[in-house]
Amino acid sequence: MIRHLLSTADLSRDDATLVLDTAEEMAGLTEGRSVKKLPALRGRTVVNLFFEDSTRTRTSFELAAKRLSADVVNFSAKGSSLSKGESLKDTALTLEAMGADGVVVRHSASGAPYRLATSGWINANVLNAGDGTHEHPTQALLDAFTLRRHLGELAGRHVVIVGDVLHGRVARSNVLLLATLGARVTLVAPPTLLPMGVEQWPCTVSYDLDAVLPDADAVMMLRVQRERMHDAYFPSAREYSRRYGLDARRFARLADDAVVLHPGPMNRGMEITADVADSDRSVIVEQVTNGVYVRMAVLYLMLAGAANDGARDERRSERDEVGGAANDGARDERRSERDQADPSAQEETT
Amino acid sequence: MSRDLSSPREVLDGDDVARALTRMAHEVVERNKGASDLVVLGIPKRGVPLARRLAERITAVEGVEVPVGAIDPTMYRDDLRLRPARALEPTDIPAGGVDDKTVVLVDDVLFSGRTIRAALTALDDIGRPRTVRLVVLVDRGHRQLPIRADHVGKNIPTAMHETVRVLLSDIDGQDAVLLGSTGAETEAEAAP
Repeated sequence: MIRHLLSTADLSRDDATLVLDTAEEMAGLTEGRSVKKLPALRGRTVVNLFFEDSTRTRTSFELAAKRLSADVVNFSAKGSSLSKGESLKDTALTLEAMGADGVVVRHSASGAPYRLATSGWINANVLNAGDGTHEHPTQALLDAFTLRRHLGELAGRHVVIVGDVLHGRVARSNVLLLATLGARVTLVAPPTLLPMGVEQWPCTVSYDLDAVLPDADAVMMLRVQRERMHDAYFPSAREYSRRYGLDARRFARLADDAVVLHPGPMNRGMEITADVADSDRSVIVEQVTNGVYVRMAVLYLMLAGAANDGARDERRSERDEVGGAANDGARDERRSERDQADPSAQEETT
Repeated sequence: MSRDLSSPREVLDGDDVARALTRMAHEVVERNKGASDLVVLGIPKRGVPLARRLAERITAVEGVEVPVGAIDPTMYRDDLRLRPARALEPTDIPAGGVDDKTVVLVDDVLFSGRTIRAALTALDDIGRPRTVRLVVLVDRGHRQLPIRADHVGKNIPTAMHETVRVLLSDIDGQDAVLLGSTGAETEAEAAP
């Protein structure tokens, strides 16, 4: 399994399938149980580092980590040192000093999780919970999980993704993951809301929603991010919803077993009408439930085993070679303290 | 793995396995004074088909359906942190649950006892059985914890370097128990 989850592009088909299969077991282990708690991450610390507001993703990660018995610490931008201008590096060093094992990070800048993972500031496993307009891997995994539960194996299935691909990190992560899993993806959006270079993504692009719907096994509606756009990408909200919104008329064009997804939060009446969002083929609420299972799976696979510690040791020694001796002295001490702490934690459980 | 088992000796053949299961089914029923309130749970992988076969035999003897399921102890193992994270196997608890039932845990090989310890802890999170009993096809000794089986298909005294491998038709295409002898770390030792 990979050490950091930064992009769905890093996941091989086997990795992705392992995550989805593990999520299935997590669902089986918690659904309908009176004790929704598993011991796999006992003694591990997971930090939710949220530079951008997010209720559902943070709550979902928090719940997932807690169900696996990890200790969870929430850092959010508001009301913390993050809003006082602390740099990413200093925040990272603080987390390292506190002994974080996993850091779930959301940041408005694309690439911030990558920086955190590769800078050598921290030894923790980094999980990208959305970075700028780049990626949101666990959202794509939970979408794939939801699709798989309804459609079976995804190879050869056709998924249509509609909406703001330019600002939406969900679209990129989904396209990459679905392509890895062998599904066919069509993006539908106004030309102004497609990013440069989209023609090199492993998908096809269309501007005509009505034409692609009859052939779709699933439709994923993306949120029109009003806060990100300054009304220049399309003439009016009304025109957008007429051309790219999913209403009852378009819904009727879908195959009988096709499902509708939305990563939330929805703008009812904009990209999706209320009757479609509430129909029995809309799996939007289920996506939220599945998000917890998928995040449990990812946290378990990345943090529960020993590969984690092994990789850390490697990185530690790499850093020892690279880093200057002077400023690393203090860290060495801290490190050895942690080295001593780790085995004792193991003894406790054996 | 296959190289390690280059010259394994067959200690139980398919008929022996079948007879051992039939005998243990009778023992379970006798001990429980019938088949009421029994729940048979197999420990993946090979405990699961063994559990199903045991339940079928109990049904054949007593004429009642016996709930069968699976319990995966992976997340409760004491060596979880010593190795890379492992894929989870299915856990499947029959609809009636385990509260106030007699749970019969079934595994293929009893070795250190650590898997059973983990399964007992896993059971804690599912409910509170009235009794838990343990059925194993092979007891190879070398216990590291105070755990013993209630019903044993075959006691096979082994040395630590030996390997015991159970083959079942559902997974391996044939029923047999093989005793191999190698110095290398093997599957049986890797997952005691």
